[in-house]
Amino acid sequence: MTIGEANREALRRVQASTARLTGVALARDVVPGAGDHVVLHAGPPITWERMCGPQRGAVIGACLFEGWAKSADDAIGLAASGALGFDPCHHHRAVGPMAGIVTPSMAVFVVENAAFGTVAHATIHMGLGRVLRMGAYDESVLEKLDFMNRRLAPLLDAAIRRAGGVDLKSTSAQALGMGDEVHNRNKAATALLIRALAPHVAAAGGPDVERAFDFMTTNESFYLPLSMAAAKAALDAAASIAGSTMVTAMARNGTDVGIRVSGTGDRWFTAPAPRVRGVYFPGFGPDDANPDMGDSAITETAGLGAFAMAAAPAIVQFVGGSADLALQTTLDMYEITLGEHEAYKIPALDFRGTPVGIDVRKVVETGITPAINTGIAHKEPGVGQIGAGLTNMAMECFVQAVEYLGGGLRELGGGLRPPSETFPQQQDAPAKPALERGP
Amino acid sequence: MTPGSPIAAAPRVINVGLPLFVEALAGAGAAVVHVDWRPPAGGDPRLAALLARLDDAEESAGAPGEPR
Repeated sequence: MTIGEANREALRRVQASTARLTGVALARDVVPGAGDHVVLHAGPPITWERMCGPQRGAVIGACLFEGWAKSADDAIGLAASGALGFDPCHHHRAVGPMAGIVTPSMAVFVVENAAFGTVAHATIHMGLGRVLRMGAYDESVLEKLDFMNRRLAPLLDAAIRRAGGVDLKSTSAQALGMGDEVHNRNKAATALLIRALAPHVAAAGGPDVERAFDFMTTNESFYLPLSMAAAKAALDAAASIAGSTMVTAMARNGTDVGIRVSGTGDRWFTAPAPRVRGVYFPGFGPDDANPDMGDSAITETAGLGAFAMAAAPAIVQFVGGSADLALQTTLDMYEITLGEHEAYKIPALDFRGTPVGIDVRKVVETGITPAINTGIAHKEPGVGQIGAGLTNMAMECFVQAVEYLGGGLRELGGGLRPPSETFPQQQDAPAKPALERGP
Repeated sequence: MTPGSPIAAAPRVINVGLPLFVEALAGAGAAVVHVDWRPPAGGDPRLAALLARLDDAEESAGAPGEPR
C-alpha cells in the first residue's frame, strides 16, 4: 500500500465512522484495565515526579474520592511511593479533558462507533472553575464528584437507554450549524443533548431529577466529553494502517505534548507542552498558568475544535482574538490536512467540510502547526481553571514523526512499510457495551 | 523593441515567496499576483530530504494507471 493509499484509507475510516452514546457506566466495568489503584491521565505517558501541578491536584482528588487516601498528604505519599499505576487514557479506550484523571469508581460515557467496532469512554463534565480536571480537590469538588458519579450517572444511564441512545455525529454536525466548534464552545450541542434526553430523565424519575437538570443546564460544556469520545472512537478506527502519515491522536499532560500517527501505531512523538495565549478570569494572568494540558485536542484531530473555528466566531469572546482569527484559523488548517469532513460543515464557508486528517508531512513542509482551543489551569494543584485560550501543537512532535517514517523507509531500502507494522490499539478484550449490561 | 512583442506590453507579474517585491511592484502600478510560498520545512535541507523521500515513496509505488 502506498502512503497515499494508506492515508486515503485512514481518512475514509474517519469519514465513515459513527458515534452513538449508548450509556453511562463505572470505569471499572467498561474501561479496559481500570482497576484498583490504577490512575488514567491525559496526554502521553508521564510519571508522578514529572507531573504538573494541576494534574497532581486531580490525582489527589481522585485518591480522596476513591477512599485510597484520607488527606492530600496521604495521597501525595501514596503517589510518591509508587503504589499508583499511571497510564494514559489513550491506552485504555478513553479520553480525559485537562488533567484527564479517570479512576475505577468514576462514571464514564460509553460511545460506540458501530461502523468499525470501536468504543471510547470519557468522564462526565464537571463545569468551570474549581473542578477536578483543573486540579482542584476541595470539599465542594468531592461533593460534586459524589453526585456526578453515584447519583447522576445511574439516572443518565437509564435515560440514555430509554432514549435508545443518542446519535452524536448528527448532534455535533447540527451544533456546528448553530455556532459551536464542539471543543471550547458546546452551547448548542449541550442544548441539543438535553433536548434529546429530557423526557427520558423525567421518566426515569427519582429524587435527583431536579439537581440533574440543574447540573446539565448550568454547564454549557456538558457535551464536551461526548464530542471527545466520538472523535476518539473514529480516530481509533483509523489507527495502525501501515504507511499512513495521518495523525490519530494529539494529547497533552501539562508537561509534555504528544502525537500518535496511524502508520506508527502506539508510539508517541513528544515535546515540551507549550504555553497558551489566553483570556484570564479576574485576578489571574499568564504567570499563574500551567502549560497546555488535556486529551481534548482529540477534537481538533478529528476536524473539530479550532479546526472548525470558522463555524464558531463567537468563541473568541471566550478564548480571545477576533472573528477574522476564527475564520483564518480554519483556513490555515486546510493547508495541513488530507481532506474535508463529509458530515461536519461550516455555514460561513458555504458549507465547506471542516479540515480533517492531519498529515505530519504537511505540518513539517508548511511550518503550520495544528491550532487548539483549550482551557487554562492554574499551575499549582488545588486551584482550578483560570482562563481559556488558543495554542498550537509543538512542531517537534511532527518533525520526530517525519524522521521516524522517513528513517524507516531508508532502513527498509526504500520500501513503504514503516518500522512498526501492526499495533493492537482496539484489539484487547472488548469492553462490555453499556446497553448489554444487566438491569 | 518590436511593437506588439510581450516585452512592450504592461508587465503582469506573478510573485513567488517574499511579499516585499509585491509591495514594490504594486506601488509602481504593476498588475501582480502573490503566491505565498516558502521553502519546504523552513529551508532545513535534512527535513526537506526526508519529506522528498516520503513523497518519492508515494509516487514510485503507485498502482499502475493510478492518477498522479
